[in-house]
Amino acid sequence: MSHAPAGSAAHEPSEEDQATPVRAATAVTFERAATRLGGRTIWRDVSFSVARGEFVAVLGPNGAGKSTLIKAVLGLLPVAPGSALVLGEPPGAANARIGYLPQRRNFDAGTRIRGIDLVRLGLDGMRWGIPLPGLPRRRREAKQVAEVLELVGAAAYARQPIGELSGGEQQRLLIAQALVRRPELLLLDEPLDSLDLPNQASIASLVRRICQQEQVAVLLVAHDINPILSYLDRVIYLAGGNAIEGRPHEVISSETLSRLYGAPIEVLHASDGRLVVVGQPEAPFVHGDRHGPA
Amino acid sequence: MALPEAAIFQGLSWNLLSDLQQLFSYGFMVNALEAGTIVAVMAGVTGWFMVLRRQAFAGHTLSVIAFPGAAAASLAGLPLAVGYFSFCGLGALTLAGIAGSRRSHSSESAAIGSLQALALALGFLFVSLYHGVLNSVDSLLFGTFLGITGDQVMTLLAVAAATVAVLAGCARPLLFASVDADVARAAGVPTQLLEFGFLLVLGLSVAATSQITGALLVFALLVTPAATAHQLTSRPLLGVMLSIAIALAVTWLGRARAAFSIYPVGFYVTSLAFALYVVVRLGRALSSRTQTLAPPAEAA
Repeated sequence: MSHAPAGSAAHEPSEEDQATPVRAATAVTFERAATRLGGRTIWRDVSFSVARGEFVAVLGPNGAGKSTLIKAVLGLLPVAPGSALVLGEPPGAANARIGYLPQRRNFDAGTRIRGIDLVRLGLDGMRWGIPLPGLPRRRREAKQVAEVLELVGAAAYARQPIGELSGGEQQRLLIAQALVRRPELLLLDEPLDSLDLPNQASIASLVRRICQQEQVAVLLVAHDINPILSYLDRVIYLAGGNAIEGRPHEVISSETLSRLYGAPIEVLHASDGRLVVVGQPEAPFVHGDRHGPA
Repeated sequence: MALPEAAIFQGLSWNLLSDLQQLFSYGFMVNALEAGTIVAVMAGVTGWFMVLRRQAFAGHTLSVIAFPGAAAASLAGLPLAVGYFSFCGLGALTLAGIAGSRRSHSSESAAIGSLQALALALGFLFVSLYHGVLNSVDSLLFGTFLGITGDQVMTLLAVAAATVAVLAGCARPLLFASVDADVARAAGVPTQLLEFGFLLVLGLSVAATSQITGALLVFALLVTPAATAHQLTSRPLLGVMLSIAIALAVTWLGRARAAFSIYPVGFYVTSLAFALYVVVRLGRALSSRTQTLAPPAEAA
């Protein structure tokens, strides 16, 4: 498995291995970090860390900067002031070891590319040169693609044009694409958005399983915590330019959220275990009425 | 038109062998077929990516820009190639600038459309300023395929080889950036550079091609075979191969047929390509209808 840029030649015994003898236990550490976008401070004083094998959700109302947080982890937006460390390096330096699934991408029916090719691009799409068939590396990569398709349960429809698949099927293929390089950190930006409830639950349990099996750290941006509540380790709740991190039931409580919003917030516990947040300026837990397809 | 393009040969006989012998007995005809072959391969590859990237409108605009390029070169007494390459190159840079600063797709297509309108107007201005001895507007727009020299064929071959080599070398990052730009960017693919580079390659191949085919026919070869290939398969490599094969087939058949006819070669090449596209689309529509009636999974 040899990767394109920013070296992560895990299988070549080089100085690479000596430089990172053990994979860092924490995948992401933000320390009093802030970020600005278009002259506006999106959030500041944000501190959290995500450990390997941990499943952490990023929650908050629209415009709180959830996607901005993901982009900051990827190094696409600068973190200043404050400090950020991603897989032991400054943001952006270790992107080859990160699997990223951006906010909702829909492939319309006119997209004439097969799911398997899209997954494959996640593995070798950054490599220049002409792909020659029949090389051992190509065969190994084909096997890797087949394995990841099996892992997410998308093997049955991976050879169909992706534009002809359902939203849930497309999402599984996109997760497979994010996973195919065996990343140490998985960033999923609203992967459950616009899926129906059974599909939300099955994708959430899939992410949980991958998280444990592969010891991947997962940061998942979600709009609604309930479908993922039982799978989560911790949550990061962004609101009003600040963030609170902790166990789901500690963070999603009347007291904590009132403090974060600086306004009275009530968290109701429904009998089926669902959490309902009442009284916030803009209800983040309600479906529908969102900013248009991004 | 300086010379009405008459039928070059007597007319089709029923003896295919003698027809072919007749075709290849003239040097200019051999040159035309060689040039057509090179152009078809280049257009097949470039066009496949253009259709995938949904940049057909940009491609069309580049081929329209070739027209004032050629007209301006005639007016200035420069070789036509200078006009083609400089205008298409500048056009590609402008389009890349428009794409780079884009706020939305609608404003991008409006900007490209305005550029296209200007290009046509300039072309006719240059032609009317030159009045007369210019090879005629028709041949600039629709090409004749005739009077191609061996040197031109070699230039074309060099441009085509460079184009195909660049596209092959960038194939995977370009494919990635074309279907999935956000993820590609996060994975370290220079998507901006590829967008810019692709338009430049498109512009250069349009410039090289339109010297032979005329400014409008180049677009027929660029878009129709590629669109047909995209309908037929969603496999990238197979798609590019099919796109080339279709472009070659319609070029050869159209060229050969036109030699025995009074109608221009552009008409034959374009109509053949279009007919094939229509047949494929109808076939797909029919097969998807039967599939929804009895739904077995489509294995690509």
